[in-house]
Amino acid sequence: MVEPPHKLLVSTSLRAQRFGRRAIRERSIASILLLFAAISVFTTFGIVFVLLDETISFFQQVTFREYFTTTRWTPLFASAHFGIWPLINGTVLIAGIALLVAVPFGLGSAIYLAEFAPRNARAVLKPTLEILAGIPTVVYGYFALLFITPIIRRILPEAQVFNAMSAGIAMGIMIIPMVASLSEDAISAVPRSLHDGAAALGATRTETVLSVTLPAALSGIVASFILAMSRAIGETMIVAIAAGNQPLLDLTLNPLVGMQTMTAYIVQVSLGDTPQGTLQYSTIFAVGMTLFAITLVLNILSRIFVRKFREVYE
Amino acid sequence: MSGLPAVPGTDNLFSDRLKQRQRTGRLFGAFCLGTTIFGVIALVLLLLDVIGSTFTWSAVQDRELRGGNVPQVQESWTLWEGFYKRGEINETIDEKYPEARLEFYSWINPDFFLNFPSRFPEISGFRSPLLGSLFVILLTAIMAFPLGVGAAIYMEEYGGHGWISRIIETNISNLAGVPSIIYGLLGLAIFVRSWDGLTGGRTVLAGALTMTLVSLPVIIVAAREAIRAVPPSIREASYAVGGSKWDTVSAHILPAALPGILTGMILSMSRAIGETAPLITIGALTYIAFDPTGLRDVFTVMPIQIYTWVSLPQAAFHHLASAGILILLVILLSMNGVAIFIRRKTERTW
Repeated sequence: MVEPPHKLLVSTSLRAQRFGRRAIRERSIASILLLFAAISVFTTFGIVFVLLDETISFFQQVTFREYFTTTRWTPLFASAHFGIWPLINGTVLIAGIALLVAVPFGLGSAIYLAEFAPRNARAVLKPTLEILAGIPTVVYGYFALLFITPIIRRILPEAQVFNAMSAGIAMGIMIIPMVASLSEDAISAVPRSLHDGAAALGATRTETVLSVTLPAALSGIVASFILAMSRAIGETMIVAIAAGNQPLLDLTLNPLVGMQTMTAYIVQVSLGDTPQGTLQYSTIFAVGMTLFAITLVLNILSRIFVRKFREVYE
Repeated sequence: MSGLPAVPGTDNLFSDRLKQRQRTGRLFGAFCLGTTIFGVIALVLLLLDVIGSTFTWSAVQDRELRGGNVPQVQESWTLWEGFYKRGEINETIDEKYPEARLEFYSWINPDFFLNFPSRFPEISGFRSPLLGSLFVILLTAIMAFPLGVGAAIYMEEYGGHGWISRIIETNISNLAGVPSIIYGLLGLAIFVRSWDGLTGGRTVLAGALTMTLVSLPVIIVAAREAIRAVPPSIREASYAVGGSKWDTVSAHILPAALPGILTGMILSMSRAIGETAPLITIGALTYIAFDPTGLRDVFTVMPIQIYTWVSLPQAAFHHLASAGILILLVILLSMNGVAIFIRRKTERTW
C-alpha cells in the first residue's frame, strides 16, 4: 500500500490539513468505507445472535440431555422427541458418501491437471470441470432423483426411491471441482526444484508425484478434503430432493434407505408455515446452530492444517 | 538402456525393472486422466438428461380446458428414447392411449414463458419464477455492488495491516464457509420478522437483502483481487500530482480495476441466481400466480419452482422441471460468457 505524501509536500496549514473541506471529505469517505467493510462483521454477529437467541429458547423447553443423547427425532409429531442423532447420522453418512466420490476423482483430476496434462488438454478440461462447480444445487438434486436413483434401483432393487446413496453421489460430483482446484493449487505450490530433483535422480513422473510432490502438498490436500466435507454437510437442495424427508428411526449406515439431514429438516419446516414463538420454529435454529458449529469447526480445522503442517521451503 | 554395459548375471534386471516402472507410470497417468474424464462425463450426462427430458416424444390427445382445446400429454419419452426404441413406444401408445398420437413435444414453448405455474402441466409456465429471479438478482446486485466494492477498497487501500483489517479479513473468510441455509435463518429472523415493517415479511426486498449477505464475501474477494492487480506506480503517479487518497481511488484505481470487479460481480450473481436454500428458508412462496412488481411483493424464484416441480410425483412435472433447468442453465452460461468476454476485452498488462 502506498500512502499519499501530502503532509510532506503540500504546504498547507495544519488547520487546513485537519479541518479543511478536503480533509473532512477524505475522513468521511474513509469512515463510510470502513462501515461497508464492517458489514461482514455485523453479519457474523447477526448469525451468532439469531442462532443463539432461538437456541436458548429451544433449550428452555428441551433438555441438553434429550437433544444430545437420545436418538429419536420427531419434533413435528404429537409426541415430540428431540434427539438430534438421526439428523446427524443422515448428514454425516451422505457427506461421507460424497467424499468417497469426490476425494479419488477430485485428487486424480488435480494430479492430472497439475502434472500430466498437456497444455491444450488442460485448457479444455479445467474450464469444463469449473462448469460442474457452477451448476446450481437444485439441478444436482434433479439429477440425483431422476437419473442416479433409477440406476441404483436397477442394480440394487432393495434401494428405496429416496436414498442416501443417490444424494451422496450427486453431491460428490458437485464437489469434485472444489477438491480438484484446491488440491491442484496445493500441488502447484510445491517448488519446481523438488520435482526436478526427483526427476534428475531418474524417478518416473509417477514416482515423482507419489513420493515427492504429493507428500509435500499433503497439508493443502487434506485441507481441501476438510473443506469439501464442510461443504457437503451444509449442502441443502440435493438432500432435500433426493434423500427423503423422513428422519431415521434407527441409526444406520445403510445408504439405500431414505434419511433426513439437518439442512433438509430446516427446509421441511420452512416450507410449512410455522409461526414464530413455537417450539417447532425454535428447532430449526437449534439445528442451524448445530450445523453452523460443525461447519465452523471444520473450516477452522482446515485453516490450521494449511498453516501448521505446511512444509516451508527456502 | 541398450547403452548401459551389461553386468554378468544381472544383465536384464535394470531394464526389466525400468519397463515395469514405466508401465506403472503409464497406468497411473491413465488413471488420473480417467478420473478427470469422469467429471466431464458426469457433466455431459447431466446435460443430455436435462435436454432429453425437455424435448420429448409424447402421446398427445386434445382435451377441453378453460374453453379451449389444449393438447393433453398422456405420457412422454425422452428425445433419446425416441431414437432407439420408436417401435416400443408406438406399441405402448396403441395399447394404452388409442386416441393419442405420437408427437415431438417441446416443454419449452411460448406458454412456458407467458403462463404462471399451474396444476395442469401442459399450460403451466415459468413466468413468475423467471421474473422473481430477475427482480431479486437485480436488487441484490444494486445493494451488493457498492457494499462489496466499498469493503474491498477499504481493505486494500485504507485498512493497512492493522487489527481492524485482520479481523475483517478473518471474518470474511469464515463467512465464505458458512452454509447458505444459515444465511436463510438470519434473513428469516432479521429481515422477515424483525424488519417486518420495512420489508413487509417474505418479500422481494427481504429475499434480496438475504442474497446480498450471501454474495458479499465472494464479491469482496473478487474486487480485492482486481484492486490489488492495479500496480503501485498508478497510485504514486496520482499522489505525485497532488491527488488525495480518494482522488486516487476514484479517478485511477477504480476505473482500472472496474473490468475485474465487474467480472467477479457477474460471476457471483450467476451463483446467486441458482441459490435456493436461503430463499426457501426465509419463506419465499412456492406458488405465485402473479407478477412480482414491487419491493414488498411476495415472490418465488426459478430454483424454488424447479424444486417444487421435481418434488411432485407426476412425470409431466419433471419435464417442466427440466425445461426450467435448461432456461436457468442458459441464463447462467450467458452470464458467465459475458464475464469471460469482459475479461478478454479488457485484459491489460501494466
